[in-house]
Amino acid sequence: MASTLTATTTADDRVGRRSIAARLLSRPEIGSLVGAAVVLVFFLITAPTFRSINSTGTILYQAALIGMMAVPVALLMIGGEFDLSTGVAVTTAGLTGGLFAYQFSVNVWVGAVVALVVAVGVGAFNGWLLMRTGLPSFLVTLGTFFILQGLNLGVTRILAGTVSSNSIRDMDGFSSGQAVFASEFKIGRLSIEILVIWWVVFVAIASWVLLKTKVGNWIFAVGGDAAAARAVGVPVKRVKIGLFMTVGFFAWFSGMHLLFNQSSVQSGEGVGKEFIYIIAAVVGGCLLTGGYGSIVGSAVGALIFSMTQLGVVYAGWNADWFKAFLGLMLLLATIVNLVVKNRADLR
Amino acid sequence: MIRWQKKAVATGAALSLAIALAACSSSGGKQEEQNNGQGGGNVANTPRMKIAFITHAAPGDTFWDLVRKGAEAAAAKDNVELQYSGDPEGANQANLVQTAIDAKVDGIAVTLAKPDAVSANVKKAVAAGIPVTALNGGIEHWQDAGAIAYFGQDERIAGQAAGDQLTKVGAKKAICVIQEQGHVGLEARCQGVKDKFPAVENVYITGTDMPGSTTTMTSKLQQDKAVDYVVTLGAPFALAAVQAVDKAGSSAKVGTFDTNKELVGAIKDGKVQWAVDQQPYLQGYLAVDNLWLYKTNGNTIGGGKATLTGPAFIDKDNVAAVEKFAANGTR
Repeated sequence: MASTLTATTTADDRVGRRSIAARLLSRPEIGSLVGAAVVLVFFLITAPTFRSINSTGTILYQAALIGMMAVPVALLMIGGEFDLSTGVAVTTAGLTGGLFAYQFSVNVWVGAVVALVVAVGVGAFNGWLLMRTGLPSFLVTLGTFFILQGLNLGVTRILAGTVSSNSIRDMDGFSSGQAVFASEFKIGRLSIEILVIWWVVFVAIASWVLLKTKVGNWIFAVGGDAAAARAVGVPVKRVKIGLFMTVGFFAWFSGMHLLFNQSSVQSGEGVGKEFIYIIAAVVGGCLLTGGYGSIVGSAVGALIFSMTQLGVVYAGWNADWFKAFLGLMLLLATIVNLVVKNRADLR
Repeated sequence: MIRWQKKAVATGAALSLAIALAACSSSGGKQEEQNNGQGGGNVANTPRMKIAFITHAAPGDTFWDLVRKGAEAAAAKDNVELQYSGDPEGANQANLVQTAIDAKVDGIAVTLAKPDAVSANVKKAVAAGIPVTALNGGIEHWQDAGAIAYFGQDERIAGQAAGDQLTKVGAKKAICVIQEQGHVGLEARCQGVKDKFPAVENVYITGTDMPGSTTTMTSKLQQDKAVDYVVTLGAPFALAAVQAVDKAGSSAKVGTFDTNKELVGAIKDGKVQWAVDQQPYLQGYLAVDNLWLYKTNGNTIGGGKATLTGPAFIDKDNVAAVEKFAANGTR
């Protein structure tokens, strides 16, 4: 009797150490990595320009433009919520910075700080309204999406007299702001946008928070089952509002890149990009239902999207078919992702 | 809201105010903006009338801002109450025409870029005794729809003018950048370019995503090193193209359709070579003014023929004449 008990304990696979390969394969981002490899090899073969070092810089930059926002969007999705206002929120942040600095003739950095307050405020508003009303985040942020879209146009016209913000290129603080948010440097022949570096840094920080800290556990918990999380003492409200404010922070950062890259921002921009961010997170292994996903995965998702988008151009295919190619490649990447994940789950 | 959040917001607001007071910019900004003092002038003493101005504009496009300013200037002068609206979807724009009929306006100015969708409702307006002027798009359709006048350019002819320009400056290969896939007028422009300059390839970008537009153009220039001219179909995209050329390490030159304040500066600095100008301000102005003339005196501008507002070229030689008006945001 006793010997049987010992035998079952040692054979219990719930506590036994699994092989490194098995553990690696059960990570959420592994499927997207394989998908990315497939896309990469595909374009390396079909598009000669894709292989050049200059193209690498462009692809990384395009990925960073998407990936920067995919970081908080993935966090939010793991926490079980959606945000449809992210695309226009980026524009709002950029416009606020540019318009404030110009209208009050102050150092551009002051505009940047005001924009930060506004962007994080929008996130806080989303989170607060969500927790207050209990409505689905889909609806709450859809409302914010329209409000921001309207405000972007309306306020810009009132203040600037036209539909784009005034140029701030000749104002104090522009060059230092540009150095931080929108400069470019060279490693050998590869020219890298600083946004790419920031993206890598933010992916690393967010990943660390998610996997190694208590807050990270809370995020998984509220996304998996908010009621159960609340029962074991997780501050659900604070975590969710905090996640929306994180989205606000990243929207601010992306908005500052927009502003310092172009010196003025068009008020109609950003519509439709919210879906691209969500696609990157989902391709990267986030579940639409919450409680599961990864930040590194969102980065790989952004990379897949950018490689496909620019790969079609590098391959020199007829542009009429562009969107069809894009959709097809994304579906393929996601299916590869799914197959790998299912096989990993079987082990 | 929780207490710590309140505190954070309050601190943030106070901090930004403090920095704002301490950190005025020594150059640029509104303080340097010239106040040109737009002239007062007299307003027509004819009875107040209501005119609906309905375009297919996507929100936030600088081109349409110029059209609107022209329309507003004419409205102010003619004692007209202007109701401006727009929607890029053909069916939605048609609906806007219907609502103008329902509201019994005195006149309608409308773009016919999507004639199949909008024409039926324009005919309804005409049948209801509301005069209609067409502008910007629909040079082949405005008469069928029953409009009294048309103000704009023929997109294909404008494209051909740009194509001739490419040939004249000895370009070898060009790309024509379309910011809205499936837009009839934009396709016609690029087709016009191709008529006169066959070595051109269309490239599609997403007009509402400026950094993405830049990277798409960059990748095209990296892929095809033979491209030595980029033709864009809107001023903001020309500025993005300048960035793309720079990023791709290409020596391609940039020409464009349409202008705005920033673009006029870019032509002056030699970053953009030329712009095909269709005088959007004039289109808006004339479309409204003609309705007023028609109602008060039975006139039609153009005498039953289309009135062309373009294509004229703005380049380094004549940019100075345009510059001061561009600073007002009207060119």
